[in-house]
Amino acid sequence: MLGRLTWDAIPFDQPIIMITVAVIGIVIASVLALVTVKGWWSYLWREWITSVDHKRIGVMYMLVALVMLVRGFSDAIMMRSQQALAAAGALGYLPPEHFDQIFTAHGTIMIFFVAMPFVIGLMNFAVPLQLGVRDVAFPVLNSVSFWLTAAGVLLVNLSLFVGEFARTGWLAYPPLSELAYSPGVGVDYYLWSLQISGLGTLLSGINLLTTILKLRAPGMGYSRMPIFCWTALASNLLIVAAFPVLTATFGMLLLDRYCGFHFFTNELGGNPMMYINLIWIWGHPEVYILILPAFGVFSEVVATFAGKPLFGYRSMVMATMAICVLSFFVWLHHFFTMGAGANVNAFFGIATMVIAVPTGVKVFNWLFTLYGGRIRFTVPVYWTLGFIVTFVIGGMTGVLMAIPPVDFVLHNSLFLIAHFHNVAIGGVVFGVMAGYTYWFPKAFGFKLNERIGKAIFWCWFIGFYLAFMPLYALGLMGATRRMQHYADPHWQPLMLVAFAGAVCILIGIALTAVQLVVSIRNRNKNRDLTGDPWDGRTLEWATASPPPAWNFARLPRVERADAYWNAKKEGTPSVLFGSNAPGTVHVPRNTPVGVFIAFFAVITGFALIWRIDWLAVIGLVGAIGVALWHAWQTDREVAIPADKVATFERARAKAAT
Amino acid sequence: MATLSRSKSLTLVAVCGMLTSCKEGVLDPRGPVGLAERIILSDATAIMLAVVGPVIALTFIFAWWFRAGNRRAKYRPEWEYSGRIELIIWSIPALVILFLGGMTWISTHELDPPRPLSAHQAPVEVEVIALDWRWLFIYPEQGVASINHLTVPTGVPIHFRLTSTSVMNSFFIPQLGSQIYCMPGMTTQLNLQADEAGTYQGLSAQFSGDGFSDMRFTAVATSPEAFQQWIEQTRAQGGALDMPTFMQLSKPAHAAAPVTFSRVDPGLFQVVSTGQMPTRWSPEEAR
Repeated sequence: MLGRLTWDAIPFDQPIIMITVAVIGIVIASVLALVTVKGWWSYLWREWITSVDHKRIGVMYMLVALVMLVRGFSDAIMMRSQQALAAAGALGYLPPEHFDQIFTAHGTIMIFFVAMPFVIGLMNFAVPLQLGVRDVAFPVLNSVSFWLTAAGVLLVNLSLFVGEFARTGWLAYPPLSELAYSPGVGVDYYLWSLQISGLGTLLSGINLLTTILKLRAPGMGYSRMPIFCWTALASNLLIVAAFPVLTATFGMLLLDRYCGFHFFTNELGGNPMMYINLIWIWGHPEVYILILPAFGVFSEVVATFAGKPLFGYRSMVMATMAICVLSFFVWLHHFFTMGAGANVNAFFGIATMVIAVPTGVKVFNWLFTLYGGRIRFTVPVYWTLGFIVTFVIGGMTGVLMAIPPVDFVLHNSLFLIAHFHNVAIGGVVFGVMAGYTYWFPKAFGFKLNERIGKAIFWCWFIGFYLAFMPLYALGLMGATRRMQHYADPHWQPLMLVAFAGAVCILIGIALTAVQLVVSIRNRNKNRDLTGDPWDGRTLEWATASPPPAWNFARLPRVERADAYWNAKKEGTPSVLFGSNAPGTVHVPRNTPVGVFIAFFAVITGFALIWRIDWLAVIGLVGAIGVALWHAWQTDREVAIPADKVATFERARAKAAT
Repeated sequence: MATLSRSKSLTLVAVCGMLTSCKEGVLDPRGPVGLAERIILSDATAIMLAVVGPVIALTFIFAWWFRAGNRRAKYRPEWEYSGRIELIIWSIPALVILFLGGMTWISTHELDPPRPLSAHQAPVEVEVIALDWRWLFIYPEQGVASINHLTVPTGVPIHFRLTSTSVMNSFFIPQLGSQIYCMPGMTTQLNLQADEAGTYQGLSAQFSGDGFSDMRFTAVATSPEAFQQWIEQTRAQGGALDMPTFMQLSKPAHAAAPVTFSRVDPGLFQVVSTGQMPTRWSPEEAR
């Protein structure tokens, strides 16, 4: 009846897990109680859960990312403390079967459920506003995408207390991830949560890509698009091209595990190396899916706070698109040690290095945007400068490992771990934190606390160097990744320094929560009534903060890049919008279809993981049923009467002056 | 304050690194492959630092000089393009990469793992089988084998052929140079050489399951005479490694004291590396 699900699936004998579960349970219960007591359910349901507004969906994506950052970071600090303890014969406090789940969960969560939702959230929020349009191309699909991601998040977290998570490393290389060597439900949790959220990501990619290609404000040709939209275009092109590969690869592994196929097994003609090729054909573009939008954020921040246009806009666009294309020709550098032969290795090594050229150009362009500027040292600028300094080091170690003979001694070492955290933290985290601080006042109408913001930056910046510079050294000393314990006592001091760095980052994460509370409490002091708190250049600053559901009462007319800046300079920003009185605006009607589909997706995933066949059928039929039900809905828009729009506009104009 | 903390941490790291890394790891190679790789590593780092260093400095200088409060800095609100600068900023990384790319092409071919190290000297053959979670080293020419203990003569090239019984591992002796994957049903090749006598740490660099952390071995490099002595000694003691014994070995187990075998079934590596050996076990069984 319940497939493989029994009471044994719940790890009552593991105090660490049970305490964690209890704490999470108490937090969730108190949040639900608070919402119930305050009577917020109906508001949450109407305004957020069923919302198809790209801004609200963007905010929810980022909220999920911040919550999952706490989960992913808990794994990180457990790993760092385990390795700080388990030297020279000591075994630490995490047995291998638990430690292996922790590093697998850390990588999986940080990439798929922290970095991805944060980046997609930023694009969702900012791209339509920057393009001067009222929503994304497919608003309901957008809600479905978000809720599918949330479904994946739920499944991953469920694995914490019902069953186990994969013990294979975050990319689940076969044959280790095959049934023969991972017979438990861990790999199934991994596969189904990523299949479901991956579908959401693909749909979101299609949506944003269509939006950028088809829905720009009148007059906004490609050469007038804000650079963040260009990077979003490149990133979503990569999503659309790469995520189907991931889905297909996981699909084959699922067939191996569930139906006795032999794509990647050791027996009957299976070939595990095929999986490793395929997964990196997705995996390397994934790196750029995350970093390109971060580059876009830095470009916007540098131009805004230097008070001048981005230096070398065309160069920047060319560099972005070059990276987009080249990212598909480098996947083999993740396994030079497979023994592919010198010609193959040299080709992929050099192709990898070539990416350093457009990336280097970007760095120089940011530098020359600073040159001749009048730089205001706001929090986003701190993140940007911290990024440039940190990222060039990460880029250098990356090029170093692109040389196959060097990779032969550094592959899978802690040097590699240090390298990709150098670009992932120094690039993606710094980028999304810059974007979060930069667009927060646009989303909520008040700025985040500046002093705490700077403290957060310093915690991450110093914490990063403390945590990962020792790992570079350890890698050179021959320390490899994923060690539950190690023999060499000389490594322990550096491991302790790395642990101190992790604690420093922990303080930064805690301060992010403090900053949010303090900023909300003091919101009236930091209120932005103009809609343009930073003296911005692009169209999102031309509308109210927070923008109304329709974004723009009249669609802007764009005649050059940095449209809003130029209009302001001419003294008449309103010229962008023409002088006609606003008409009736149609916005898409909210719908619960997204959350319902995700509900059934969770049921399907859970049932498949535990082999509860009848429940899987119910879930699948339910999800398809909801989608079909939605297809027959015809009343999908709400008309907002012209006078309501006009009243809003007048009130805003009055508040701004 | 910021730069201070950063440089402090960097210094700390550098000091710790220097104290220990001189005695081990890839910066202290003891053979020609490791040495060549370390030289490429330091050369490439130096070349890139020549660009990266100034970029970091320029970031601080530009950001500081063009701060909003500096009245001496000239504000150019319209300046967004310069053909000359564009040419330079595309050329600098392009030239660096052109140079490093050339270096990569040549060194990748020279240091290709299956490439023999010497044209004149016949190498010592070693067959490596990655077990869960131990290393089996077979000396086919001498007909002996050992577990978790590799002995090689100094100054003689060693030719490794490698495979795995179950999951993937990576064979790596940091002080001798290149690592290479050991994959089930496949054979990879690696050529290394130890120039100095000593004991070097070996490990698996590819996660392979719960017993991964114990998948370490010692590699002892001795004079050719001492190596010959070790072979004789090994031949004189220990049991034979035939297929039934091997099947027992291939069951998952954690590292134990090194074991040697006085005789080895000559076809063993062939059978394992072509995937003709039934290897089914579950991790639960191993625990």
